[in-house]
Amino acid sequence: MSATNIIIAGVGGQGNIAASKIIGEAALMLGYDVKITETHGMAQRGGSVHSMVRFGDKVFSPLIPKGACQYLLSLEILEGLRWVEYLKDGAFLIVSTEIRPPYSVSVGKDHYPQNIEEIYSKYGQLLMVPAKELASKAGSTRSANIVMLGCLAYLTKSINSEAWIESIKRRFYGKEKVIEINLNAFQLGYEFASNSDRGR
Amino acid sequence: MRFPGNKKLLLGNEAFALGAFYGGARYGTGYPGTPSTEILENFSKYPGVLAEWAPNEKCAFEAAHGASLAGTRTIVTMKHVGLNVAADPFVTSVYSGVNAGLVLIVADDPGFHSSQNEQDSRHYARLAYAPVFEPADSQEAFSMVVEALNLSEKYDTPFVVRSTTRVSHSSSLVEVDFEPMEPENRPYTKNPEKYVMVPSYARKRKELLLKRFEALKEYSEKSPFNSVEWGHSYIGIISSGVAYHYAKEAFPDASFLKLGFTYPLPEKLIRSFASEVELLLVVEESDPILETEIRSFGINVFGKEYLPEVGELTPDAVAQAISNLLKEKRTNTYHISWMPKSPVNDLPARAPVLCPGCGHRNLFFVLKKLRAKVMGDIGCYTLAVNPPLSSMDTCTCMGAGIGEAHGFSKAIQKTSDEKIAAVIGDSTFVHSGITGLINAGYNRSNILIIILDNRTTAMTGHQPHPGTGKTLMGENTFELDFENLAKVCGADYVRTVDPYDLKETEKVLKEAQAAKGVSVVVARRPCVLYQRTEEGYYSIDLDACTDCGACLLLGCPAISRFDEKIIISSDLCTACGACAFVCRFDAIFKIEEVK
Ligand SMILES: Cc1ncc(C[n+]2csc(CCOP(=O)(O)OP(=O)(O)O)c2C)c(N)n1
Repeated sequence: MSATNIIIAGVGGQGNIAASKIIGEAALMLGYDVKITETHGMAQRGGSVHSMVRFGDKVFSPLIPKGACQYLLSLEILEGLRWVEYLKDGAFLIVSTEIRPPYSVSVGKDHYPQNIEEIYSKYGQLLMVPAKELASKAGSTRSANIVMLGCLAYLTKSINSEAWIESIKRRFYGKEKVIEINLNAFQLGYEFASNSDRGR
Repeated sequence: MRFPGNKKLLLGNEAFALGAFYGGARYGTGYPGTPSTEILENFSKYPGVLAEWAPNEKCAFEAAHGASLAGTRTIVTMKHVGLNVAADPFVTSVYSGVNAGLVLIVADDPGFHSSQNEQDSRHYARLAYAPVFEPADSQEAFSMVVEALNLSEKYDTPFVVRSTTRVSHSSSLVEVDFEPMEPENRPYTKNPEKYVMVPSYARKRKELLLKRFEALKEYSEKSPFNSVEWGHSYIGIISSGVAYHYAKEAFPDASFLKLGFTYPLPEKLIRSFASEVELLLVVEESDPILETEIRSFGINVFGKEYLPEVGELTPDAVAQAISNLLKEKRTNTYHISWMPKSPVNDLPARAPVLCPGCGHRNLFFVLKKLRAKVMGDIGCYTLAVNPPLSSMDTCTCMGAGIGEAHGFSKAIQKTSDEKIAAVIGDSTFVHSGITGLINAGYNRSNILIIILDNRTTAMTGHQPHPGTGKTLMGENTFELDFENLAKVCGADYVRTVDPYDLKETEKVLKEAQAAKGVSVVVARRPCVLYQRTEEGYYSIDLDACTDCGACLLLGCPAISRFDEKIIISSDLCTACGACAFVCRFDAIFKIEEVK
């Protein structure tokens, strides 16, 4: 199998690294070769962050080549737009509706693009997800990243749900309440994606 | 379902730590610095080890050398610029050699992800004649540290394992098929001719060092980490570190000479590889070091004329280089199998910012108001260079601000009595600010030093340091007293403030500016990520708000204007109250509710 390539874009503190580790561990359980690369350090202070996850029979580069990414997860509505260059034809774009204006927007120097959904749609199949609202329903807005994984799980068939669930449990090992909330969040994301699919 | 076997998904830095433990290292020291920090943090968790944060890299390297002489296998970790600080003991330690294995793991940062420069540590290794490994992924990070610890004893020299951001901060699979090595007892024997580097002894050691270097060349020729993979004969790629994986991704069918042990280079192996291929391309991260050396063997190679010299390599850049090289020099064409899509341009940038409730913000807010010239330093607080605080004039390296302020004030003293300010974080002050303070006291400076004491090394992820009273192993220890230290180093005026109290902060800073001589102000407020003290959050009364934007001038990410309204995000606010203080219309109020 040629590599499955996933980019997760967001703002520092949104759970980017946790999300990429959960995907990576799930892929490892299924026997795939896995590489993840992530942002640490300075950029974590509220700046743009991203991680790249790749799995398949054999993965060389931890960086995804531009034009080879099949799944883009944007944990904030704007952030994914920085990575569209990396997308392959027919890619899936899973974009949270959450808005976190950067400083330049707050003071009116910059603006979010008017037609964000339209722009995303040019690059592949777009799924807009009210991730924060769904996470809040699941028990904590901090689980928005896991809602997004639920959507990914529906769209990518290469990881089965046992592996996803096991990976989430391991990630939050020993924290029963957190596991429960995150499994709820995962389920709500999965259902949201499947309902949207049927609605199409 | 396939069976994964005994593989673990490890961050490069976790793999370095695992390698150190499996290779029998039982002492580790270093100073935090992205992308190296997690190595020592992970190492500290293994049974039977002692791991310590040193005040700076020089202290760390010296301690590591000492532990090696005493017979304990040791690792010492730092980021690339840390090796500037540790260079002095590092270079001469290669003359003395080791007793038990000693490995320096140094992490470079091509691409400036979290650094002030892009220096290539492999230059230092050449300066010092220290052998170098360059792992390409987590598996090699593990295996090479083990090998380096063994070889360090065998060849009686410290080894360098050079990482880069993409190796340290990528995760990949690691398989371990042996038990951790038990540390061997290697008693210290007194040997001044080996360990006391006075000129007469050092001269002899230099001769030995060169002999050892010849032996290492032999090792390099047969090292399991240097190997050939045959593919097309019209192009051969010589590559080290993660760049190898980029090249493999770009053109898996080329012939490869993968170099994992890169100093000294395996000249014979390179010659024989070169003789079998028509075009030779060197793909390496950062400076053209292998390329230049291979060319000096009289071998015709291509390299940086096809690859970017600034920033980090990518599979895209390597693919482009191969494609261009083949187009120019041969008839074979090569098709890059990915096509980038067109980017979306002019998106609003999202630079990192000081966190909501960060005490540094308030201090810089006041400094800006006082229009001070501020010689800066490195840490979270360097973010104050960005608007709206825009209150930093310089940032060069750790500890530089105090020295720069001193020199600046000396240069203008005949014509101006402006008091130049230096700001420095608590960890940075301990790292390399103290000697600057002594200089200022000794040479009778007229400066204001502000120590931003947030009780931790925040920027690299909250490591303890000598000012915090805690060790890396989580034990309590003595706590460095900044105020008393300032006094004994020659400060004339010493005060402590809590930057959450903006009024008092302004008063004290004005006083400190007016005082003659060296003023030291300790601005003490624990990092809000580390220790949040206030509960509840602030909110804006939209009827009272005149939309004047004064609160936005704090640059707090919890406050934003969206759809023509200023709002405070209750999720992000940490109730520091700075916005309420600056609001002249009493439109900002606290909500006590505990979330
Ligand atoms: C020689 C060197 N070593 C390490 C680093 C990495 N580094 C940058 S700032 C910093 C310390 C920051 O801590 P502190 O001064 O307490 O400021 P804070 O981030 O807590 O505000 C470190 C370790 C560096 N830039 N240079």
